[in-house]
Amino acid sequence: MNAISQAENKALARAVLELDVNNHAGVMSHVVSMFSRRAYNVEGILCMPVGNGSTSRVWLMVNEDGRLEQMVKQLEKLEDVLAVRRHGAEHEVFERLAEFFR
Amino acid sequence: MAMQTTETLTGAQIVVRLLERQGVRTLSGIPGGAILPIYDALSQSTLIHHVLARHEQGAGFIAQGMARATGLPAVCLASSGPGATNLLTAIADAKLDSIPLVAITGQVPKAMIGTDAFQEVDTYGLTIPITKHNFLVNSADDLLEVIPRAFRLAASGRPGPVLVDIPKDVQNQSIEVSEWPQPGVADPMPAPDAELIARAAAMINEAERPMLYLGGGVVHSGASELAVALAEKAGLPTVMTLMALGAMPVDHALSLGMLGMHGARCTNFALDECDLLIAVGARFDDRATGKVAAFCPQAKIIHIDIDPAELGKIKAAHVGIAGDVKAVLKMLSPEVDAQLRKRWLSHVASLKAAHPLRMPGIDDPRTHYGLIRAVADCLDDEATIATDVGQHQMWVAQAYPLRRPRQWLTSGGLGTMGFGLPAAIGAALAEPERTVVCFTGDGSILMNVQEFVTAAEEGVNVKVILMNNASLGLVFQQQTMFYGERIFASKFKGQPDFIKVAEGFGFATVDLDKESDPRAALAAALSSHGPTLIHASIDMREQVLPMVAPGAANKDMIGG
Repeated sequence: MNAISQAENKALARAVLELDVNNHAGVMSHVVSMFSRRAYNVEGILCMPVGNGSTSRVWLMVNEDGRLEQMVKQLEKLEDVLAVRRHGAEHEVFERLAEFFR
Repeated sequence: MAMQTTETLTGAQIVVRLLERQGVRTLSGIPGGAILPIYDALSQSTLIHHVLARHEQGAGFIAQGMARATGLPAVCLASSGPGATNLLTAIADAKLDSIPLVAITGQVPKAMIGTDAFQEVDTYGLTIPITKHNFLVNSADDLLEVIPRAFRLAASGRPGPVLVDIPKDVQNQSIEVSEWPQPGVADPMPAPDAELIARAAAMINEAERPMLYLGGGVVHSGASELAVALAEKAGLPTVMTLMALGAMPVDHALSLGMLGMHGARCTNFALDECDLLIAVGARFDDRATGKVAAFCPQAKIIHIDIDPAELGKIKAAHVGIAGDVKAVLKMLSPEVDAQLRKRWLSHVASLKAAHPLRMPGIDDPRTHYGLIRAVADCLDDEATIATDVGQHQMWVAQAYPLRRPRQWLTSGGLGTMGFGLPAAIGAALAEPERTVVCFTGDGSILMNVQEFVTAAEEGVNVKVILMNNASLGLVFQQQTMFYGERIFASKFKGQPDFIKVAEGFGFATVDLDKESDPRAALAAALSSHGPTLIHASIDMREQVLPMVAPGAANKDMIGG
């Protein structure tokens, strides 16, 4: 549960994380449990296989937070996470997806 | 992979063969329905000795004891459902103390997963947050990759626990095996950044009041000698975390012993004054730092750790070096100037003289400190010292003259009561030539008391020193100090007769309370071979001092 209100939530700066991961059962659990155990809400999640399907790309939209740098380091330690790239909120992946949520 | 003749083997036989090839010679566990194929295969192994624990948590800590004593990954086995859930505490404990552990659990057959089958639990899901990595194995073929990989992951970089969950049908599946994978070993680490090391060396050379802060990583990395050599060359007063005790002999001239919540006043005062803190394989745990903002407030920080995520996690470092501390220290030491540092060292010596660790009763074996010292007087540095968790643990950490890395086995991060006895059994199994002492309390011992029979069955040379204060001593102490002396649920109204309990389990026993010459009784008990309980009553009102209140600054110590 996130203790901040909806309005406060909207005012927070966002960050977008792009992860290359192995594609098998449980990988998403490993990724999101890094956030949930710290009561750090994930605002948006998008995941699709890439290439031949042996790996996937995960997009996460999260709030900018003093803990984000630590989160990225922890994600990089996960065995099934191959790379983590950090983008600003201006990244269009969630913007373009937004029309499916209207 | 070397070519060999093709064999038809079950998944269970493959697991056992891979463990044998890995060099595993002792493991601990408890069988149950979903892991019976592996146990059946294990029964045919002439190389592996299986130690039957009496609770899966005991099996987990026996494996931990082996791993902590040797530094090599050790193995525990459990069945599905309650077998797996009973392992969780030992796995979580290994995660927090970075202990290489490979836990293998049976799971219900794949077709029954997700049906709430008998003894089905989501072991994979439960162990995600408490392992370095975990596997739910899909086929017997996959075992050939997963088992060596589990050992590689457990041992690589920052060590830790890895869990392999194997459905029963995978254990029973027969496949043809023509080639065997190489055993899993730790990956080589990338060389540390030479430029950062040069900057760290310059900072050490320029510092006026530097201090060395050693953590468990120094022990894990086998870097104790290098750390001591660096301290000696550069004139660095040295503190150790609970996990690092033994890295520098506690009676070394530069040693200030353990820092933090129950460190000596001189230790925390010296840290408060230092202008450079060199953290090596340490993670700024709250029990070590106290209130972080007030920890070494004047100091620049050099932080060396194998885990990049530790750098800057709690405290920003001026120079953070990711790397195996042994490799870093090897590169760092030649760049550091030899210094006598007379002014700072004489100041630290004066702090030591003015604010030493006070250990009242140290010469009286009927007191808590005196008992610990009397035990030490009977042993040499070859003995291994395990503890449970509580007051006795802190007293031993303060008073036992630890002088050897891996001499000291204690549950630091998770602080698990019940750790001591099974960990001591594991250490004794791994290194049968040593005397293994387990200091415990009357609270802790009951949390894995069933492992008395495992110790007796194996005939291990474990000496349990039970410091009985008829209470949960640290809780009693905190209620006394911080909760208006409202003592609640921390004083035992009923207690077992521990001597009879231990005798019933097959232990030799000594009750020091009844011995007219406790030193002679201790010496006799510790020099005999085999499992022995040594019982001693301790005054309930004795406290671990000094103490930093949780959340307070380390310089604000109470007592001592």
